[in-house]
Amino acid sequence: MVKPALLLLGLLPMAWMIVAVFAGQAGANPVEYLTHESGQWGLRLMLVTLAMTPLRRMTGWTFPIRLRRMIGLLAFSYVVLHFLVFALFDHMLNPATIADDVINRPYILMGFLALLLLIPLAVTSTNAWMRRLGRRWKQLHKLVYLIAVLGVLHFLLLVRADPWEPLIYGAILAVLLLLRLPTPAFLRNRATAS
Amino acid sequence: MLIRRTRKSDVRSSEITSESIYYRRREFIKAAGTIAAGSLVAPQMLWSRTLDDLDALRPFPDVAPSEFSTSAEPNSLEDISSYNNFYEYGMGKDDPKRLAPGLLRVEPWSVEVDGECENPGTYTYEDLVRPHQLEERIYRFRCVEAWSMVIPWVGIPMADVLKRFQPTSRAKYVELRTLQDPEQMPAQRGSSSIPWPYVEGLRIDEAMHPLSIFAVGIYGRELPAQNGAPIRLVVPWKYGFKCGKSLVKIRFTEEQPKNTWQVIAPNEYGFYANVNPNVSHPRWSQARERRIGRFFRQDTLMFNGYEEEVADLYAGMDLSTRQNW
Repeated sequence: MVKPALLLLGLLPMAWMIVAVFAGQAGANPVEYLTHESGQWGLRLMLVTLAMTPLRRMTGWTFPIRLRRMIGLLAFSYVVLHFLVFALFDHMLNPATIADDVINRPYILMGFLALLLLIPLAVTSTNAWMRRLGRRWKQLHKLVYLIAVLGVLHFLLLVRADPWEPLIYGAILAVLLLLRLPTPAFLRNRATAS
Repeated sequence: MLIRRTRKSDVRSSEITSESIYYRRREFIKAAGTIAAGSLVAPQMLWSRTLDDLDALRPFPDVAPSEFSTSAEPNSLEDISSYNNFYEYGMGKDDPKRLAPGLLRVEPWSVEVDGECENPGTYTYEDLVRPHQLEERIYRFRCVEAWSMVIPWVGIPMADVLKRFQPTSRAKYVELRTLQDPEQMPAQRGSSSIPWPYVEGLRIDEAMHPLSIFAVGIYGRELPAQNGAPIRLVVPWKYGFKCGKSLVKIRFTEEQPKNTWQVIAPNEYGFYANVNPNVSHPRWSQARERRIGRFFRQDTLMFNGYEEEVADLYAGMDLSTRQNW
């Protein structure tokens, strides 16, 4: 019950984006609107997946981990949409000019690498793949840390003057990554004593 | 999504005059006058004008057509006035439309002229504009962010105005400044990644070129606030950021002025900023552009399609080198 509801909730921004474009509510530059919205939702959902482990550690709840795969696949969907908008409307699906952009623009390279690295994670997100990969599945999916960093860098390198918005994403990511470090001994002791 | 930071200096919603009271402002001012409290109200409040309503923009009575106009289909006033870079009002494309009309006081307006010229001084908007025949100049407009529009400016040749100040032989450049007033321009309040005021500059022969205009309107009416009212530069063969808005200062100099974007990011922006599809901005290609209103990109033209008119300004200059960006 929770999962289908979450799926619908996660697809709402995508539905809204597309409706907005067709309803003329996406401003003077709908392509830019689609690009910005899809990219930011991809990044946000990526951060949500990274919040699940700290949430479980702090609360003891197990449901965040059970929902994590769905949120991760939603994030992947937004990143794919983001790339498709870029490939179609900026490049008319021309592989040569796409390659030129990827090679020559560092921010596009970062984004493209993040997309490429997400593909194996999306492919191996099934139970069958988890069984097949066993312990290596977990190692493989640690790539998400690198992908999130690439995503934030991609955003940071493309802003023209005021970097504070990507820096907020960066700060949230930094906190989520720091929370994964083993708890220092003195804190652990206090926690068990209480 | 735009995250809006609220600053201490921002107007709290509790401080905003309700609409019904606002619309009675004339009554209020009259009343204030009758009880001789005019002295308590800032004098400019009594006669300054903002451009709150797009429909109320005043039409110009006499605008001549120009041979320099393109036959391309102009963008709608809606597009032109809702998709703007005017960082004095925020980084978002929709910030200028949201904030500028209520805040930018276009009347009274004056422009200070100084530097290497015979007739320095402070000129009112009327002094600057009235002696000249207004022309409609339908120009292509190309932003460094690789989007473009076609805009039917109303303007006057920059050369005709500048000649009245009689620049001396030492005047090699013109430096042009945008208004700096945190009260009218919220993004100038508090700390900012941009050093204000916004400064632009042109070589004197670029400024004197017949294509360069001071624009005072769009579609036969006065400029909307968000488009740089009441008077701005338009240099159609250069990227949009060269076309400074809401002009308050003209200075003739011997030295090349440091334009704001060059100060902020010297590895990305130069002084010349001529539209050039063969030289990429370090972060994005300039080979193609998206015309607002279209989904796919089109090829960018050398000098934004004004090559025939302006190429000789740069004869012998290698425009691909960093110093000539």
